[in-house]
Amino acid sequence: MRRVVITGQGTINALGHDVPKTLEAMREGRCGIAELELRDLDRLSVRIGGQVKGYDPEALFNRQQIALYDRFTQFTLIAAHQALDGCGLTFAGELATRSGVVLGTAGGGVNTWDENYRTVYEEGKNRVHPFVVPKLMNNAAASHVSMEWNLKGPSFSVATACASSNHAMGLAFQLIRGGLADVMVTGGSEAMLSFGGVKAWEGLRVMSKDACRPFSANRNGMVQGEGAAVFVFEEYEHARKRGAEILAEVVGFAMTSDAADIVMPSKQGAARTISGALKDARLNPSDVCYINAHGTGTAANDKVECAAVADAFGHHADDLMISSTKSMHGHLIGGTGAVELLACIMALRDGIIAPTIGYEEADPECALDVVPNVAREAKVEACLSNAFAFGGFNAVIALRRAP
Amino acid sequence: MSDTIRDKVIAIIAEQAVLEPGDIDPEASLADLGIDSLGLVESIFAIEEAFDIQVPFNANEPDQSDFDISSVAAIIAAVEGLVAEQKGG
Repeated sequence: MRRVVITGQGTINALGHDVPKTLEAMREGRCGIAELELRDLDRLSVRIGGQVKGYDPEALFNRQQIALYDRFTQFTLIAAHQALDGCGLTFAGELATRSGVVLGTAGGGVNTWDENYRTVYEEGKNRVHPFVVPKLMNNAAASHVSMEWNLKGPSFSVATACASSNHAMGLAFQLIRGGLADVMVTGGSEAMLSFGGVKAWEGLRVMSKDACRPFSANRNGMVQGEGAAVFVFEEYEHARKRGAEILAEVVGFAMTSDAADIVMPSKQGAARTISGALKDARLNPSDVCYINAHGTGTAANDKVECAAVADAFGHHADDLMISSTKSMHGHLIGGTGAVELLACIMALRDGIIAPTIGYEEADPECALDVVPNVAREAKVEACLSNAFAFGGFNAVIALRRAP
Repeated sequence: MSDTIRDKVIAIIAEQAVLEPGDIDPEASLADLGIDSLGLVESIFAIEEAFDIQVPFNANEPDQSDFDISSVAAIIAAVEGLVAEQKGG
């Protein structure tokens, strides 16, 4: 069977504008969540988020590019450059047709929608910029990556709310394993921290006004983040022959649907997906030392997720570590699984488990080792990354140390 | 004024429960009336719109909210309090 390895990674998020800075923040348990910088902030009741600060698009993109790149596309291209520049791959000839890009985003060009609705509704103008549609469409980021690197194989975008990136990466993995591609650029991006994007989440009344404290008894909701992470997935023999540096191996993926509720998570659905990923990866539960949790910091998710892990792992649930890095970078919605995969790769490569920060009070309904507040050293052979989306769509990825 | 608040709140809850306002028992909880967590959030939105008030409610910690949702009567009393506080009676 064809094996799949990761040979490149890049990111921009609230913890840092690249991978080393992000991993340093995760090791130090630093919080990237702060007061939002947004227009009309006084009209929002939720005013914190994991926002990318110190960011100047004009310094990175020219005027024509900015006319076409929504913020979520900009984040994607920044992360893709880090992942692909210097990874040693040149996409020409047959490799170009055997390589593609599949990226997750829930909202796509939310800022573009927001700004142009303002133009026509609030300002009463009857004309918008000609590139509004190609700028806001969900596949814009994936398309620009394909054009920038000449990727001519299977390419598309995935929108499954908070599981978008995990679905995207899982599909990229399956495309390579199934022989439909040799290299896939994958991950995800989200830039939903606009006035309308935050206002929409506010309406659901599940947002915290002060902090994201996953698994803590006093948790009071989720906090939005923004940013992107992009990876290079490559067929193992292809990577090995060219002497590529291998960061980790992708060994399994499972996706399921709860078919139950539009917002409430399901223990059975989550447990079934975790077990499915283990089976697909041919891992025993005891092989897994670390899980990067979905861990949103809502009352419902965290207790259901802990119960699902306990169900899927049995006694071994008490021996493994499970942490939610959303406590540091916020919930990147459709981009979250991608940024969280960085923590999984760090666990496998560097033996450092990113903590769940903001943890203050034990919750008997979340009685697992959630790596509270301080990073930990551990030798990790295999790990999982969970994503459980609104709409009941679940996606779990399994990684193993580089072969 | 008070009766109007009571009637309006009951009408909102009745609509959410798909019941006649006359069938709403003030001592019933929303769960008794078949209203789930999404229905609760929608009812609170409807109450905010109807009275032009802000209702302090976080679905993650319903018990810690100042807004008592334990029964229909409790909700009516809480809305009366908020209207008095935010609209000056």
